[in-house]
Amino acid sequence: MYRTQLAKQVSTKRILLKQFSTTSQLSSWNDIPLAPPDKILGITEAFKEDKNTKKINLGVGAYRDNQGKPIIFPSVKQAETKLLQTETEKEYTPINGSKTFQNIVKNFIFNNSNKDANGKQLIEDGRIVTAQTISGTGSLRVIADFLNRFYSSKKILVPQPTWANHVAVFADAGLTPEYYAYYDKSKNDLDYANLKKSLAEQPEGSIVLLHACCHNPTGMDLTPEQQDEVLQIVQDKKFFPLVDMAYQGFGSGIPYEDIGFIRKLTALANSNKIPSFALCQSFAKNMGLYGERTGSISIITSSGEASKAVESQLKKLIRPMYSSPPIHGSKIVETIFQDEALLQSWLSDLNQVVGRLNTIRQTLYDRLDKTNYNWDHLLKQKGMFVYTGLSSEQVIRLRNEFSVYATEDGRFSISGINDNNVEYLANAINEVIKK
Amino acid sequence: MSKFVGVTELPPDPLFGLKARYNADSRSDKVDLGIGAYRDNNGKPWILPAVKQAEQKLITSHDYNHEYLSISGFEPFFNAAAKVILGGDSLAIAEKRVVSQQSLSGTGALHLAGVFIKQFYNGNHTIYLSQPTWANHKQIFEYIGFKVASYPYWDNETKSLDLKGYLAAIEDAAPGSIFVLHACAHNPTGLDPNEAQWDQILKALEKKQHLVLFDSAYQGFASGDLNKDAHAIRHAINNRIITSPIVICQSFAKNCGMYGERVGAIHIIATSQPNDALNRAIKSQLNRIIRSELSNPPAYGSKIVAKILSDPQLYAQWEQDLITMSSRIHQMRAALRGKLEELGTPGTWDHITSQTGMFSFTGLNKEMVDRLEQVHGVYMVSSGRASVAGLNEGNVDRVAKAIDEVVRYHSKSKL
Repeated sequence: MYRTQLAKQVSTKRILLKQFSTTSQLSSWNDIPLAPPDKILGITEAFKEDKNTKKINLGVGAYRDNQGKPIIFPSVKQAETKLLQTETEKEYTPINGSKTFQNIVKNFIFNNSNKDANGKQLIEDGRIVTAQTISGTGSLRVIADFLNRFYSSKKILVPQPTWANHVAVFADAGLTPEYYAYYDKSKNDLDYANLKKSLAEQPEGSIVLLHACCHNPTGMDLTPEQQDEVLQIVQDKKFFPLVDMAYQGFGSGIPYEDIGFIRKLTALANSNKIPSFALCQSFAKNMGLYGERTGSISIITSSGEASKAVESQLKKLIRPMYSSPPIHGSKIVETIFQDEALLQSWLSDLNQVVGRLNTIRQTLYDRLDKTNYNWDHLLKQKGMFVYTGLSSEQVIRLRNEFSVYATEDGRFSISGINDNNVEYLANAINEVIKK
Repeated sequence: MSKFVGVTELPPDPLFGLKARYNADSRSDKVDLGIGAYRDNNGKPWILPAVKQAEQKLITSHDYNHEYLSISGFEPFFNAAAKVILGGDSLAIAEKRVVSQQSLSGTGALHLAGVFIKQFYNGNHTIYLSQPTWANHKQIFEYIGFKVASYPYWDNETKSLDLKGYLAAIEDAAPGSIFVLHACAHNPTGLDPNEAQWDQILKALEKKQHLVLFDSAYQGFASGDLNKDAHAIRHAINNRIITSPIVICQSFAKNCGMYGERVGAIHIIATSQPNDALNRAIKSQLNRIIRSELSNPPAYGSKIVAKILSDPQLYAQWEQDLITMSSRIHQMRAALRGKLEELGTPGTWDHITSQTGMFSFTGLNKEMVDRLEQVHGVYMVSSGRASVAGLNEGNVDRVAKAIDEVVRYHSKSKL
């Protein structure tokens, strides 16, 4: 209602303006409604206003340490210090980003640092086109735009639920998003039977979005066997797989071990059973480079010849949008990957971050009241979030009565929980689930 | 990729392609006059001392982190950026008529402006660009689906402004069309209207109620003075010349040397009267667009620029750096013209020194430019645009001799 009022206000004022305008009969703007604010941002705003000293923000998808503070990964800090001393230019990168960065991503992810022979073969055959992008969202936008222009189907199947921005990005680029079953909130578990069924019902050649690991928001991933079955459906239905990997390393604490799904795909691409797919990837979470906007899009093509055309078309899409990507984050990534000691220290930083999240997840679980409520799903979920299964009414009660802020789908960002507030949080949850 | 249709290989982007050819050239005395990035007198890229100092302060400050900025960007940055271009005493700022947002440098600002205008502007959706203009302008707006037209700007005969043609195009365009103006240091010609001409141009635009879109990529590069270079924009606003919507796309790529950091802003002055509700709605829509294209803009560069703009000592250093850059370019213009006149190269070369900013529109034709590249290893854009920043005391002689040779070689062509 508030929104409607504002929209009305806008148009009334505009009419007044028109009447007073002496220079022209033209009204310059169409009705510009107030766009709804971003949900997560809205929560942060409300959190800031709250005077309760015990307030907890579980909305933001950025890591907080055990004191509730943002951190810079020590390895990143070292890389930046080194960079400040050695940087001699801030020139533009090519349209598709720094070549060094592209090669690092290819080697790190597809070659899995010499652990994936199939990925290595794809790289050697020139079948992987990688471009540096404006982190994860930017890579999703670029691939959506590319598929809209060149792919035979506009339909993109996304899991229900998925990251809130997926649908907006795809729709904005001209694709038609549609949900496939993924999670059963009443059981707090994968809705696996329906997942397979709803995918199998879709038209051949559709695009399908798959989360590589640490599914956002549910934290519930397919088992390796389930992945095989889904990839069989992908083959049978000739789907184009678009993989989003925003949380590499947050499952196991080790980035090399979180990409089983990619390795399955590189094998299928190498044997041409799934001749092409795309991967959106970012260093936002696993290197803590959030605001530096550091990520990539990789398109696996059917041949080295096709790669040249794909790369030239990607550049053509990027040039009129933002010309070239930002360099600070990619230079940090390059600095870390080009120095073995720094690389090891990054892997250890990441491992510690994930370790804290897993410890606090367990602590929360231990303190939750299990008499009338099963919390086992918390321990099955992976990544930065717990998908509690709480109803929106319960989430609103948590906010109003306990100053605990989370999105209404019941997704909690674990990084907002620490030794100082876990007891308070568990008690608050126990209170709102009382029959 | 059988399900992919029409994915054909395209020729490289002219500017980035030029850079790639230059990099691949093995001649040790090659000269890059292509892309618009400043070089010092040794031909090396230059990080501004103001930037280095700001970086040092930034990364050692206790509250430095890599958290997400808000969708609008870094507020201390885009508010200070508005003051740089509009002036601290701007009427529009005082009347709260400006909606500002951070952008992915100049291209990102132009793209965002285009998407917003496309969705909400109810005037005539034809975008008029100067003839010639920056190579990317046309693609930026066509990509969004605009019809793109051009207005006369450069008179090749006289190598001066075609004011008559310019004004006639403004008059002939349907009311409420969109005109893209280079705020200063016109790219590629380096030729700006003088103050009296600006006044005429702006009044003609107002008469037809055209939407005025200023592209400000080189503030401080024309004269070395940030305020002088903002004359057209401030005249339009502070003297209430333009009452139709004004959109400003601002980049710190060149004047702060932030190129690859991608730091810019968009400023929208939607109405000539204050309208808070409208401005809130505009901001919310810009946020919606940004959220689905890139979520939020890159943090680092905007924090550096904000530091420079908020710290008087760094600001003074930045002004000094601008003078360093613009005066060196000025000297190189004089040197190149001097050498060409000394060599008696056919044609007149006074336009090289009367042009401002980073570029000189030499008047060399495509064949001459090709020969410069192939025979002499001197690289410039095929339109004859040379980045003067690529010249230095060590290569200006060689470049002048090379130009002399190609002009004489193609002696039939008129200059």
